[in-house]
Amino acid sequence: MTNVAVVRFPGTNCEFDLVEVVTKLGATAEIVFHDVTSLGGADAVLIAGGFAHGDYLRPGAIARFSPIMSAIAEFAAEGGPVVGICNGFQILTEAHLLPGALQKNAGLKFRCEMVELRVETSDSALTSESNVGDVLRVPINHFEGNYTCSAETLAELRSEDRIVVRYVDNPNGSVHDIAGVCNEGRNVVGLMPHPERACDDLLGSSDGLVMMRSLLHAAGARLEPSA
Amino acid sequence: MTFDVAVEVRLRPGIADPQGATVERALPALGFEGVTGVSVGKSIRFTVQADDESAARALVEDVCHRFLTNPVIEDSVVVLSPAVAAPVG
Repeated sequence: MTNVAVVRFPGTNCEFDLVEVVTKLGATAEIVFHDVTSLGGADAVLIAGGFAHGDYLRPGAIARFSPIMSAIAEFAAEGGPVVGICNGFQILTEAHLLPGALQKNAGLKFRCEMVELRVETSDSALTSESNVGDVLRVPINHFEGNYTCSAETLAELRSEDRIVVRYVDNPNGSVHDIAGVCNEGRNVVGLMPHPERACDDLLGSSDGLVMMRSLLHAAGARLEPSA
Repeated sequence: MTFDVAVEVRLRPGIADPQGATVERALPALGFEGVTGVSVGKSIRFTVQADDESAARALVEDVCHRFLTNPVIEDSVVVLSPAVAAPVG
């Protein structure tokens, strides 16, 4: 059975939501603490949101040096699917596993609301089960989600089709409305919105399921069609 | 030798500074006129032990580049000086 490592740093607060969704989709999930050096044979890695190490200095700046990050970098280099959500995205950029940086929101407001995301590529560990142009309703919950990168990096991301999802209505000032990007291998994806909080109609949207299913598909999961 | 280090972390030119812009917009409302070009950064202070000033500077530059700043959006200004002995007692 597909096993997903859900990484927890001191200050992570979305790990149980991820465990819930992964389990609901028929895979198993294991919370992996930041100070271990092995992913324990996981088939995919989820870096959950929150405020790792209090977001001191910068979001992700301290988490990047945690022992588990070497194992994640190695897993990613071997092509293993790695998805960072919100604070997880910030950690992946600080760790140089994804390009760019997340800055304070343009309006200096903490934004907590449902947003619409347009799928820009279906060739990534998070969107393989969706179609380009699909609009997904997924909530955001962040203060530092304003994606920033150099003009050269943006040109590269665009020409290599590495922008995974874009905001329909930009909530935070992100360059080119970027909500999520992937690495060159397309197996490492980071995004600010929280698909795990849009996985049940009770939560106002279940559009996040297609993303979580994509990740499990990338991990080699064999899911029931109706899962 | 011990050196006192002051690192100013600031946003690189061209990177939007929402904090600075908000402070600047608030100033006229508080009755302060003629203040422009506001930017907000961080000040980080520490001491470093090293054989000499160039070794200390090299270490601090490395710390700044790898940890204290995110070079995608920030740069730093380092002020380094031989430590002033702490007063006894």
